[in-house]
Amino acid sequence: MALKIIVCVKQVPNTNEIKIDPVKKTLIREGVESILNNDDANALEEALKIKDKYPNTHITLITMGPPQAKDMLLECLAMGADDAVLLSDRALGGSDTWATSNALSAGIKNIGDYDIIFSGRQAIDGDTAQVGPQIAEKLGIPQVTYVTDFNIEEDLRSITVKRDLEDGYEVIKLETPCLLTAVKELNKPRYMSVRGIFDATKKEISTWSAKDINISTDKVGLEASPTNVFRSFTPITKGKGKLIEADTEKETARKLLAELKSKHII
Amino acid sequence: MAVLTGKDNYNVDISSYKNIWVYAEHRQGKLMNVSLELIGEGNRLAKEMGEAKVYALLAGNNIGNLSKECYEYGADGVYLIEDPLLEKYTTEGYTKVIVDAINEYKPEIVLYGATHIGRDLAPRIAARLNTGLTADCTRLDVKMSTYKEYAEKYTTLNTSNLDANSTETRLLQTRPAFGGNLMATIICPKTRPQMSTVRPGVMKKRQREEGAEGELIKVQPQILAEFIHTQVVEIVKSAKEVISLTDAEIICSGGRGLGNAEGFKLIQKLADKTGGTVGASRAAVDAGWIDQSHQVGQTGTTVKPKIYFACGISGAIQHLAGMQTSDIIIAINKNPDAPIFEIADYGIVGDLYKIIPQIIEEWDNIDFLYDAGII
Amino acid sequence: MDFSLTKEQEMVRKMVREFAVNEVEPIAAEIDEEARFPFETMEKAGKLGLMGMPFPREYGGAGADYISYIMAIEELSKACGSTGVIVQTHCALCAWPIMTYGTEKQKQKYLPDLLSGKKLGAFGLTEPGAGSDAAGIQTAAVDKGDYWLLNGSKIFISSGGIADVYVVMAMTDRSKGTRGISSFIVEKGMEGFTVPKKENKMGIRGSVAAELLFENVKLPKDNLLGQLGKGFKVAMSSLDVGRLGVAAQALGIAQGAFDETIKYMKSRKQFGKTLNKFQALSFEMAEMKTKIDAARFILYNAADRREKGMPSTIEAAQAKLYCSETAMYVTTKAVQFHGGYGYIKDYPVERMMRDAKITEIYEGTSEVMKMVISGDIFK
Repeated sequence: MALKIIVCVKQVPNTNEIKIDPVKKTLIREGVESILNNDDANALEEALKIKDKYPNTHITLITMGPPQAKDMLLECLAMGADDAVLLSDRALGGSDTWATSNALSAGIKNIGDYDIIFSGRQAIDGDTAQVGPQIAEKLGIPQVTYVTDFNIEEDLRSITVKRDLEDGYEVIKLETPCLLTAVKELNKPRYMSVRGIFDATKKEISTWSAKDINISTDKVGLEASPTNVFRSFTPITKGKGKLIEADTEKETARKLLAELKSKHII
Repeated sequence: MAVLTGKDNYNVDISSYKNIWVYAEHRQGKLMNVSLELIGEGNRLAKEMGEAKVYALLAGNNIGNLSKECYEYGADGVYLIEDPLLEKYTTEGYTKVIVDAINEYKPEIVLYGATHIGRDLAPRIAARLNTGLTADCTRLDVKMSTYKEYAEKYTTLNTSNLDANSTETRLLQTRPAFGGNLMATIICPKTRPQMSTVRPGVMKKRQREEGAEGELIKVQPQILAEFIHTQVVEIVKSAKEVISLTDAEIICSGGRGLGNAEGFKLIQKLADKTGGTVGASRAAVDAGWIDQSHQVGQTGTTVKPKIYFACGISGAIQHLAGMQTSDIIIAINKNPDAPIFEIADYGIVGDLYKIIPQIIEEWDNIDFLYDAGII
Repeated sequence: MDFSLTKEQEMVRKMVREFAVNEVEPIAAEIDEEARFPFETMEKAGKLGLMGMPFPREYGGAGADYISYIMAIEELSKACGSTGVIVQTHCALCAWPIMTYGTEKQKQKYLPDLLSGKKLGAFGLTEPGAGSDAAGIQTAAVDKGDYWLLNGSKIFISSGGIADVYVVMAMTDRSKGTRGISSFIVEKGMEGFTVPKKENKMGIRGSVAAELLFENVKLPKDNLLGQLGKGFKVAMSSLDVGRLGVAAQALGIAQGAFDETIKYMKSRKQFGKTLNKFQALSFEMAEMKTKIDAARFILYNAADRREKGMPSTIEAAQAKLYCSETAMYVTTKAVQFHGGYGYIKDYPVERMMRDAKITEIYEGTSEVMKMVISGDIFK
């Protein structure tokens, strides 16, 4: 028996690099690199660890995005995944999490059988953490989110995970098929390997349209999405404050404390 | 229950949905703080809506005693769902009973705390109901006039086309996006209920009203063991230090500028001296210098203490998103161009390893020096 | 003429850059200060295929091209010059001659472990009396019928004592001069093979330069590498590959120092403005960048010629000459631009300057490179 794993990944802008145009108050997206979403790298790593142990495990990547998302899929293949599917279609544009999970779950059904679906907890551009659970719901399988430890038994069915909570953790048992969302603490993602890179570029990445996954337009895209952006804006930042300068560190510290004292802050 | 497609769901009569529900999350027999905050917020929104009431939704086993606290913090009533199968939180069990209750009683708005459990449960419910869900909200409005006032005061939004006299009471759900670079207000116009998860520490609890009473509605759950495919075998309270960044009056945070994990010892000393709590930037957490529970920012905790010391923190937008509403921000950084100085009330350009020890040393002397007119 | 990189090359660069930033750079100052060999890095690099890049899959190599290989050395050296030279010595001067001149049996025996990084390789040519002048080699191997008897010593051997497999040049017929040199495979642990001394170096302190001593080492007959008397060719052709590696190392060091200087200039204020606002300094940066880019084109051209099987000895010598001199030029300026901070160990540029110097010396000094190049001009 060979495990079939699907890993949901997303290409995201590196939000650490995004800056606000000081005049126009809009996002400057030019020159911001696109990366594999952090938590998704952990999701892929966990799948790869299973494959390390059970080499006939088959890992399929799925993502939804523009054609450029192929670059990210290539990198995931170079890390060791077997094949990749890109859902790309104008009809999918503007999807909220509900519509996105409709598309991805339809894509997963089109891939066929699976035992485990891994996804990242959330993507750094939206930070919603909703798509994973919503895919699980659409597929009618159990989910565990915030997974920090994973173990599968020799029967390749019985799974035990640790699920992180703010004040501790839970140990949860479940069976395949299921969906698990990964967090940073789960593992340390590997690098691409040189061999992996040269193999990846020889692989065919399947690109599927909405029609290919047989999904109607009342379930995907901007129009079908139950949530819409009403307004978007940038917060007003506080004005620049006062620079405390003095000849020595001691005087600087004193000057600061005197300021706080005089303003009744301390 | 018939499975609704998106289209079917749009045909629902949205006017038949009334009131505000707050999912009252509890762990080990205690209500989560965020749920009480949301009851307070729900109370505020209900008043703005006019007719509406706020209800707490309690699901679990033998948890009826928690109703009282819900009333005392402002709930008009409690929907109580009890069953031995709900003893421990499971996604599938809780989703089933809550979806059934929502379908039966039709709340207009459902709010969840954006906790690890809230963020596990709410999306699953939203998917089953085929309705919208907005994650990690930091502000909610139902009246356009209040929203407009907020937008004018705190944002760069052009508000000229917002009609303050509008009588519409749809939920305006405001949340940070793109790592806090941008704020977005999300609406859910076509489906009901309108649902949000809300970040802990953002909304205000009401003053507790001892002995307050409310309406109790017991809901009979339709649940079977075979609906639940996960088994919680153990719940471990971690030895993780309890970090209450949201309640802290003073926060001393360290970032990449510390250079190494040892640097947090100095930050701890500053916190010890000032009575503060230690915070950290994502860079410091990612470097493995300190546990993630200390992280302030878009992906960490949102804080608004009286004093925020940002030590060796450059001020990546994702960090600013979590702390810029602090009353007083003091930044210490050796790079004079660090963005943190753009929002700091007081900035010191220099070596934090030289300056912080002096602040610690002078902290106790300050009254004497000040009163004596030396500084 | 196409100067664009292939998808694979772009990905290799990205992958090695991430590896260097996360795994190599954080310990670069430490291994320099403690003169400690970065064993942990080699193990990780081996797993990623970095120890066997431009070698065929059938022997455990990664099947990459020479440009990818050169970029990998460059990216590693950007973070740490020591790490760069360890990998390049291993690949160019040990695995490459075995791949090129070895018998099928030798290839099967040594390459899988070398190319996967399980074993480390080194190269023994230089002797006290024979540096750039190979004909002066004193180390000798005598045919004893069943085995070769090896006696002599080598100095300044990169990874000496740490490496498991050595390609060693020895005289088998002194009367024939360089045509009497043969190359042999010597293994760590062979009886009579010792490493009496490790040098205390100015730079690349995380790598090792050691003396190798051979006292009646009995080498199996199978350990002759290539034909008898063809050792000089083995050595010189290996050095052609090695020079690409040293050039890449130098280029990486230059780029690293340049990047550090940009960062510093943007943050350091003097006379009320940051250093990058001073035109005199920013013009010098423009010159540095131009030299670095020129060095990169010379090097990539040489690597591309090797990849295509075209003659590349002269181009490799030019690349080594120009990249190493650029490294010295850029790192010296980088220290200068950092002022007093450039001279102390809080900033990496002083290490980079010390590391850069060796690239003008080993695997043929700049003077030897000029001999090679001028010899071709006036042939």
